[in-house]
Amino acid sequence: MKKYKHNIDSEIAYTHLFSKKKQTLVAALGVTVGIAIFIFMNSLMNGFEVSSVESLFKSTPHLRIYKNDALSKSLVVSTDSSKINLISNPKITSESKKIVNPIQLLKLIKNEPEVVGVTPSVSSNVFYKNGDSEVAGRISGVVIEEQNAMFNLQSYIVDGHYSNLSDYQNGVIIGVGIAEKLNLKVNDNLTVTSAMGVNKLMKIVALLQTGNANIDKTLAYVNLPIAQQLQKQNPSYITDIYVNFKNYEQTKSYISKYQQLTGYDIEDWETANAAAAAANKMRKMMAMAISMSIMLVAAFGIYNILNMTIMEKLNDIAILKALGFSGKDIVKIFVTEAIIIGLIGIAFGLVLAVILINLMSNMWVGGDVGFFPIRVFPKYFGIGIVFGLVVTFLAGYLPARKAALLDPISIFRK
Amino acid sequence: MTHSNIILSAKGIGKYFYEPEKFKVLTDISFDINRGEFVTMIGKSGSGKSTLLYLLSTMDTEYEGNLTFDGENLTQQTKERLAVIRNEKIGFVFQFHYLLPEFSCLKNVMIPALKLGEYSREEIEHKAYKTLEMLGLKDQALKSASKLSGGQQQRVAIARALINDPKIIMGDEPTGNLDTKNTSIVFDIFKQLTSEFNQTVVAVTHDNDFAKASDRIIEMADGRIVG
Repeated sequence: MKKYKHNIDSEIAYTHLFSKKKQTLVAALGVTVGIAIFIFMNSLMNGFEVSSVESLFKSTPHLRIYKNDALSKSLVVSTDSSKINLISNPKITSESKKIVNPIQLLKLIKNEPEVVGVTPSVSSNVFYKNGDSEVAGRISGVVIEEQNAMFNLQSYIVDGHYSNLSDYQNGVIIGVGIAEKLNLKVNDNLTVTSAMGVNKLMKIVALLQTGNANIDKTLAYVNLPIAQQLQKQNPSYITDIYVNFKNYEQTKSYISKYQQLTGYDIEDWETANAAAAAANKMRKMMAMAISMSIMLVAAFGIYNILNMTIMEKLNDIAILKALGFSGKDIVKIFVTEAIIIGLIGIAFGLVLAVILINLMSNMWVGGDVGFFPIRVFPKYFGIGIVFGLVVTFLAGYLPARKAALLDPISIFRK
Repeated sequence: MTHSNIILSAKGIGKYFYEPEKFKVLTDISFDINRGEFVTMIGKSGSGKSTLLYLLSTMDTEYEGNLTFDGENLTQQTKERLAVIRNEKIGFVFQFHYLLPEFSCLKNVMIPALKLGEYSREEIEHKAYKTLEMLGLKDQALKSASKLSGGQQQRVAIARALINDPKIIMGDEPTGNLDTKNTSIVFDIFKQLTSEFNQTVVAVTHDNDFAKASDRIIEMADGRIVG
């Protein structure tokens, strides 16, 4: 019976949209604003979060394996009452802090699938001296290439080059705070004195600035053997092993595994930076709440403006039904309209979001942050598109279906 | 599908309005209309004639009793099926033109046929032009429906009702907004449709001359048929 398919539903939808261009654009603009704000705010929150996590991991590994100081037992009680109980002064045992057979351990950890980086480290407390001036600090003996791979050292070297450390066995990278206090610059010499009384004359190969004043004023990197010598130890002496994982958020779940694997104490980044980790968690929850609220507000805005557009056409719906258009046709017409408005709105919304993100990323914050750490996260653009389409579909579908179920006469009677 | 001579049959139709309070608009209405008949319904305002017409046209589905149209029981049909019946077999002319303002007159006339899809677009366009020409509107065909005078709009609405060659044409005061000349044009068209093409016309009217010239008058008062 039906010989031709004239697609009259789409034709009516297009005519509605084109004959009222202004109204269509206003409705699309409602979608645009909703989508753009949604993407922008999410990028803002996420950019901020990523940058704060990055700054946290500038100096903290995801996991630190170390041997805690062990005290000698103050009282050894004999079970046999005829024997003498031994009482001694409790003191830190001389073998403490040392990790046994570190090379084997490093290999073992490196082979775990979730590990992306692992490096040994020897840290000791030292004095930096230049002439009469003296600064206390902490020196870290590292394998510089591995250290750089894990902590992206090169990004906060402000003078010199980090790889110079591997060329000069006696080289040292010092924080800018130390350099300032001791009036030193790259290629100057510096005397380092350890608690064990070892003196070493070192050559400054690079300056580093993390933005964290505490680190910048105390930390220096040297080659692993130098740090071992400062401690009067042999080349197998390692105090810490740093491990980075593919996903830092899963660190907590690995703790017990590495405890069993190594038999040493484990400290994850959250424990090492409890305050920062709590702040991070809070920020995440805040971001989620804000993102949800924006989604809600944007959805309401989009729904309202599309709903209004359809309600204005209620009389047309009754006429079409009187002419023999079924409820399905009505729904199809208005969902088509809503989706087209949605697509136009989303397209502009994506552009607007990119513009807003660009504007924001050009804002200077200063400090170690520099420009505001916002960037284009494809994920949020994807979510924005899906979100926009779902909302516009529902905003077209729900009121259209409601109108489609009515008898045409009940619309005319109003 | 039966081919009895009865096109439309109403049995014990009753209807209530619930607002502002429960009120019985139609009581126990029963009648048959034959194919090719030109029936007019008259009665005072509030007698229920328009309400009855809306029930007959399937645009109102809340009623008691039973309606049979072209061998098909309307009362049991789904809304989807009723929409198909309206599109294919019923042409309705409202008291107000109820054209779609965004479309040209020609498009307004074409829309029910495009929906039906029995002919190609060219054939439909040709037919729409012919129908508009018959109603003296050929020159206005491409104008926007909202730019026409009330009488012209009403005639476009009549052309739209005729486009699918419906079995029955229903009008709620179809000539209410027309002058004498146009009223007689419309009347002649209705007369021609019934006598030459065996189509059926049911029209509610206040125009006694119009009613008297029809084949049969159904007179209503207080929701009942009185003659």
